[in-house]
Amino acid sequence: MGFAVAPSTESSSLLTSSSTDDSLENAGKLPFLRTLLGDGGFKSLTFVAALIAGAVPFFVVALISRDAWPAIAKFGLPFLWEQDWNIDESIYGALPYLFGSLVSAFIALVLALPIGVAIAIVTSERVLPPWVQIPIAFLVELIAAIPSVIIGLWGVFVFTPAINPFQEFLYARFGWLPIFNTQPFGSSMLVAGIILAIMILPTIAAISREAFLAISADLRNGAFALGATQWETIIFVTMPAAISGILGGATLGLGRALGETMAVTMVIGNVAGIDFSLLSPGSTIPSILANQFSEALDPLHIGALMYLALVLFLITLGVNSLAIFMIRFLSRNA
Amino acid sequence: MLPSPHSSSSSSEEKLATMEPQSPSTLPVFHIENVSCFYGRHKALEGVYMDIYEGKVTAIIGPSGCGKSTFLKILNRIGEMESNVRVDGKVQLLGKNIFARDINLNLLRRQVGMIFQHPNPFAMSIYDNVAYGIRTFHRLSRPALDEAVESALRSAALWDEVKDSLHQSGLALSGGQQQRLCIARALAVKPKVLLMDEPCSALDPIATLKIEELIQGLKQQLTIVIVTHNMQQAARVSEYTAFFSTDERRIGQLVEFDLTQKIFTEAEQPSTRDYVAGRFG
Amino acid sequence: MRDAFAPLAPSKKLFNWSMGTLGFFLSVVALIPLVAIFWSIVSKGLPHLSLDTLTQLPAPAGLTDVPNGFANAIIGTVAMVAIAAMISLPLGILTAIYLSEFGKQSAFASWVRFMVTILSAAPSIVIGVFAYAVIVLPFQSFSAIAGGFALSILMLPLVALATEESLKSVPNSQRMASAALGAGYARTTLRIVIARALPGIITSGLLAIARASGETAPLIFTALFSQGWLESFFGPSASLSVLIYNYASSPFSEQNDLAWAAALMLLIIVLITNLLSRWVASKR
Ligand SMILES: Nc1ncnc2c1ncn2[C@@H]1O[C@H](COP(=O)(O)OP(=O)(O)O)[C@@H](O)[C@H]1O
Ligand SMILES: [Mg+2]
Repeated sequence: MGFAVAPSTESSSLLTSSSTDDSLENAGKLPFLRTLLGDGGFKSLTFVAALIAGAVPFFVVALISRDAWPAIAKFGLPFLWEQDWNIDESIYGALPYLFGSLVSAFIALVLALPIGVAIAIVTSERVLPPWVQIPIAFLVELIAAIPSVIIGLWGVFVFTPAINPFQEFLYARFGWLPIFNTQPFGSSMLVAGIILAIMILPTIAAISREAFLAISADLRNGAFALGATQWETIIFVTMPAAISGILGGATLGLGRALGETMAVTMVIGNVAGIDFSLLSPGSTIPSILANQFSEALDPLHIGALMYLALVLFLITLGVNSLAIFMIRFLSRNA
Repeated sequence: MLPSPHSSSSSSEEKLATMEPQSPSTLPVFHIENVSCFYGRHKALEGVYMDIYEGKVTAIIGPSGCGKSTFLKILNRIGEMESNVRVDGKVQLLGKNIFARDINLNLLRRQVGMIFQHPNPFAMSIYDNVAYGIRTFHRLSRPALDEAVESALRSAALWDEVKDSLHQSGLALSGGQQQRLCIARALAVKPKVLLMDEPCSALDPIATLKIEELIQGLKQQLTIVIVTHNMQQAARVSEYTAFFSTDERRIGQLVEFDLTQKIFTEAEQPSTRDYVAGRFG
Repeated sequence: MRDAFAPLAPSKKLFNWSMGTLGFFLSVVALIPLVAIFWSIVSKGLPHLSLDTLTQLPAPAGLTDVPNGFANAIIGTVAMVAIAAMISLPLGILTAIYLSEFGKQSAFASWVRFMVTILSAAPSIVIGVFAYAVIVLPFQSFSAIAGGFALSILMLPLVALATEESLKSVPNSQRMASAALGAGYARTTLRIVIARALPGIITSGLLAIARASGETAPLIFTALFSQGWLESFFGPSASLSVLIYNYASSPFSEQNDLAWAAALMLLIIVLITNLLSRWVASKR
């Protein structure tokens, strides 16, 4: 080697924890906690927190399954397509509730999707001046902040009476359609679906809006340059480009709607049964949980309710994972 | 970290001979032997041998992307914080292998301070900025801390400008003042070496001049390694200069290391002569 | 080449105009429920909001000339949200620190992030069922603790995900500057990164608190309800949201009225917390 190498003073502990060489020596001790915790301790602490947080969904599944076990063992998978729910006879089947959940969520999606996308367009594209766009976006977001029980309260006392004439009209004029062939009494699947639509609107609007905002200006300008009008550009260029975000938002909204409890419970009528008329009352998985859990005593009854909760969790898990996948991965590749 | 075997190829032996500085007046603070550096699978730096001498300013020059910052960030092992970086070879600080398992990184970085290209004061008062490093290691009485802060600010030639506004935010200062605040902050923990990565590239000429004067003064107290893209600056402030460049594989290499005067007047390597003369290619 | 200054074809113009009108119309339709809800809550709640409602216990059903209020429900909501915050804020913030400062893109961190995201989208009633399984069944009692626990599980992912975002927004140069002075991870994170991200962290905490204050589904069969004052965290507790739910379906109109007043109170709490969080977020 061509260099003069300093004598290797391996004993010099300048850089190791036992260092005493210090121009500011004899200063006070460091705070106790910092010495105690140190870097390793701090890192481990955050790691443990992350581990716990990440494990919560497993605990949810494990503990609910444990308590659902009497029902799982007794009814098995046919629970999902059995129609009877009779506490006195200890017979439990999930189908009416599954049906109610799916139908009300589907109504909500059909109503909320076009409106949500319209809001996303109106608040992201240059169709309106910003001083109109920003308040609209803010107000729609505000809907999400209203507690669901308050929407339910409004639904019971204000919305249901107000919408009932419309339900009567549907029955009178379109009663020949199977979906409108029962006499309406206020609470119904349709009312629940509309209330749910209001509640999932902010989700769909916000996520679609992000999808629109993420589209590069080049794409739009390209279309303008070819002579397309603004709305032609939106419909034929930006919307197709934002489609994965829109679908992701819709799927996330569907997950919301499936799991939403209070407002639905308050306006759906809580009648178990499978009726294809949207004007008839119904019941959903969350609504029967809300209605029966606090009074359930029999382990099999509790088990059946837990089983329902487990089914609901797994369904929403699937739907939400799909939504996350669409929003994260499809839009990244677009 | 395993030091790589000393079996250098003949070509690097040749290079070594040309890189021997003429009169190492003091023992090296850093002894760097056959250091290579990888970002993931990409090799950014290869086979660097260099000694950094106590109380001297060593300038590192070279075209951008040749691994100057990478090299500097090896010396206080801060590159590891940013990215997945691997270093092969041997780096000794005062005879101690900085990659040894019992190295306390915090103490290493306290010995080897760093100034970054863009001034990065913390979002706290000027006083707290300077006190931050001291408080990391010690609990001083208020008067002692005041004194330490003042002395650091004086060493960074900032005291007169800020002595009446010590409790204002460090972010309210001008760019040049912010950079001197960062220097004060680094000096406050009394490092043995100060690494500076293009400390003036974001500053105006007057602020640059101030920092250069500062560097001249600081030589009495500590060893400085400064990366600069400005060759006049290297010539003005440094005693030693290292010229880095990339080879045809786009891997950074140390081409030549010598007394600054020699690099700028009679460099051995043609590429060094081209570079200092402003001829590229 | 089309002439840039040629007027649009009338059909194109009509299409553009009608789509614009439709989009605006649909947006306005979306805002009708919002306005209607606010109007109903204020007009039906305000007349029944008085000092009594804020300081008295709920009157027994059917009695009309005794003081009637929901002070116990306010206390219950505040107590359970406080329990929830004490669990979820530390756990959520530490999780966020792990994800943003240590785990980053590692497989474990991505897994945690995914699980936490899943949890954030889990139906709140399922969280209630979970709390029932964890606390109510083993202790054979509805309790404020169970309610607080349920709310904490609800808040945890909100806090963790939003805090991670604000930690990630802190420029890396700040971490480097701190590390270059010899500060370790703990000091760098606590004194530099957290300090810098504090407005964002407070915002996420407040948003989670606002959300938890309004939740009902996780409480109806964990904390249940109580007509009396909160005496023990191990017994059932009233809450504003469950009071609204119970009294909305009551046949007694005084109880319906009290539900509206409680809804106004709850809405005020939730909106103030919400707006406060936006205000903190805008203060940088
Ligand atoms: N964090 C990093 N990750 C991956 N590659 C990097 C990173 N930093 C630098 N590099 C690469 O290493 C090489 C040297 O970079 P750098 O040390 O920053 O050069 P200089 O400071 O001389 O301009 C470049 O090719 C650069 O692309
Ligand atoms: Mg550089």
